[in-house]
Amino acid sequence: MIEFHLDSRSGVAPYQQVVQQVRHALRLGLLEVGDQLPTVKEVVASLAINPNTVLKAYKELEHLGLVAARPGIGTFVIKTLTDDSLAAHGPLRRDLERWLSKARRAGLDDESIDALFRDVVRSAAAEDVA
Amino acid sequence: MTAVIEANGLGKRYRQTWALSECTLAIPAGKVVGLVGPNGAGKTTLLHLSVGLLQPTAGSITVLGGRPGTTPDQLARVGFVAQDAPVYAGLSIRDHLRFGARMNPSWDMALAEDRVARVGLQPHQRAGELSGGQRAQLALTLAVARRPELLVLDEPVASLDPLARREFLQGLMEIVVEHGASVILSSHLVADLERVCDYVVVLVDSRVQVAGDIDDLLATHHRLTGARRDPDALPRDQQVISESHTDRQSTLVVRTEGPVLDPSWSVQQLDLEDLVLAYMTRSVQGNRRPKLETRP
Amino acid sequence: MIRVALRQFRTEAIVGFGLLAVLAIVLAVTGPHLAQVNDAFQSSCRPAGDCATTPNPVFRVDVPLQGFLPIIVTVAPALLGLFFGAPLIARELETGTFRLAWTQSVTRRRWLAVKLGLVGIASMAIAGLLTWMVDWWASPLAAATKDRLDPGHFGWHGVVPIGYAAFAFALGATAGVLLRRTVPAMAATLVGFVAARVAVGNWVRPNLASPLHQSLSLASTGIGSLNLAAQTGTFSLIPPSVNIPNGWVLSTAVVDKSGKALTDQYVLHACPGYGRFPGAPPSPAAMQSVHASCLNTLSTTFHTVAAYQPGSRFWPFQWAEMAIFLAAAVALCGFSYWWLRRQ
Repeated sequence: MIEFHLDSRSGVAPYQQVVQQVRHALRLGLLEVGDQLPTVKEVVASLAINPNTVLKAYKELEHLGLVAARPGIGTFVIKTLTDDSLAAHGPLRRDLERWLSKARRAGLDDESIDALFRDVVRSAAAEDVA
Repeated sequence: MTAVIEANGLGKRYRQTWALSECTLAIPAGKVVGLVGPNGAGKTTLLHLSVGLLQPTAGSITVLGGRPGTTPDQLARVGFVAQDAPVYAGLSIRDHLRFGARMNPSWDMALAEDRVARVGLQPHQRAGELSGGQRAQLALTLAVARRPELLVLDEPVASLDPLARREFLQGLMEIVVEHGASVILSSHLVADLERVCDYVVVLVDSRVQVAGDIDDLLATHHRLTGARRDPDALPRDQQVISESHTDRQSTLVVRTEGPVLDPSWSVQQLDLEDLVLAYMTRSVQGNRRPKLETRP
Repeated sequence: MIRVALRQFRTEAIVGFGLLAVLAIVLAVTGPHLAQVNDAFQSSCRPAGDCATTPNPVFRVDVPLQGFLPIIVTVAPALLGLFFGAPLIARELETGTFRLAWTQSVTRRRWLAVKLGLVGIASMAIAGLLTWMVDWWASPLAAATKDRLDPGHFGWHGVVPIGYAAFAFALGATAGVLLRRTVPAMAATLVGFVAARVAVGNWVRPNLASPLHQSLSLASTGIGSLNLAAQTGTFSLIPPSVNIPNGWVLSTAVVDKSGKALTDQYVLHACPGYGRFPGAPPSPAAMQSVHASCLNTLSTTFHTVAAYQPGSRFWPFQWAEMAIFLAAAVALCGFSYWWLRRQ
């Protein structure tokens, strides 16, 4: 059984943090197919957050196809992300390393690289929506 | 939409001052509502009006469809924990549970005893010897074991240390999951409420400034930063909540349903604390535009 | 709600009824002896026919108790008001527990009715039992005394202490409701209770029924006392005090046949002997003859009239005064309810 924690300063919405932590656990193999996620009551009793937050997170995970809710019993993992593990993306990783050294040579420090990356991700997402 | 608390032009006056005025709310059921505002804003007055400890001077209030505090049935549906969790210092915890059983036909003794054991209280302890956190847990037990549809809590964690505070809120959230009760709790600290509430009512200067689903409110309020300009130049559908200017720069908090398309603004999300501060600032600055309807 | 009120009242009830029980034991142990002494005296004086003139030894038995019991019965209603009445609601208002009590499934009306009813009845019961016990114990003494309507006697016998207790309790509870603090409520209760007792005793009780009048000869009562105020040189005439067997004398007046009162000027005019000693004070023998001749002169025209209540009215007065205090208690309870609802 995994435990959640909440970072109230991260700027990330609480339900998103729960989603991310489940995905992280799936990636690391801490959760396998068939495992039961903590009940809403358990999560709420340990984190002192609104039950709707947990429900929203579990619904999002269901929407992503990672878990399935069985009424009266609980919420269970139906798909893992271990095949999406970072180790599997060798070519992508090498491309990224090359780009990173280019960015460093251009004079960008870590913060600017980060800002540039996030900006591009965001505008790409906005374009997808449009 | 079933409203659990409905107020219409509600007001309460003590001698010459209005502790609460022109309060109009329709709070939906099934929510954990945070009532937030500075000390003296009228939070306790509003909560006391909703449990029948006070009678309105103006307007009306209905709770769960009935007038607060009028009949035993109405009283049984609402659980209340007053500020500082008053209990009978000379009575033991077991005495308090018996008190609950005798005063309430809907009392669930098994639930009460289970909760008392779970929070670590001994039945023979005298209530006067309990710490603040333990008293708060006892008072919450007394309210919850009546199986109310609505729980009203007045600053339940204000005087508790961080651990006691966390334990209280954990217990409260468990109760919400188990019993599906609606909850309204007040606090002058927003941080307490942000985790547990999904609906907020901001009370400043004895008036309701804004009320609504927290998600909705955070989606419709933005901080705009940009070159200095006159707030009146903004489109009509963007309501300015608070503003501050330097010689070069203007920072505004606006409320708007649609997106902010003006590229000269840098648009930022707000958290609940920022939102409340913006409304508190507005109250100090005075109303410059007519208030938008506060019904969600 | 009743059991809740009982539980909250437990400590006071234990103390109140406990003290009562202790006193009951003391009285039960000493009472029979008192009766014995009195019976012995009665059986010895009756054949001799000198019961009225021989002192009854019963008055020398258990003297401390004889002195304390009137005080206990007189003070008990006030104590009940202070310790049963004042904290009843004040303590809940003071500690904030009313916010717990009024948000249970019991209406404020029922909460108040049960608390007032339960503790009010307990107060009346304690006062009633106490008075009954003391009356029983003191009956050998009461047989010997007359003057039951006398203010020093009336207030701690019969049934009025029950009315006093109900009133003091209700006054305490109301003071608690208005002042919201126990100690100020106690102080207000004490002041209010004493004021009410004094006011009723002085102005209401004498007029519960029209007083009877008895005429007495001036020779038997004297004209009263004629005082000369040294500073101002003015005279004042105070009517004589009269003792009517088994009657409570309210006032006396020296009047002529048409009802006109005797005045100091008339006395000085009719009895010039009083003005005859400027300077040196007169000898007692001289004063005696002046008094005697003045009395002779005036008694042809004047007589003394005493207004009084006969001792036979003891029980009607008891019930009437108890009813007055009970009615006041009920009114106070109604006011408390109204005041609390106004919140």
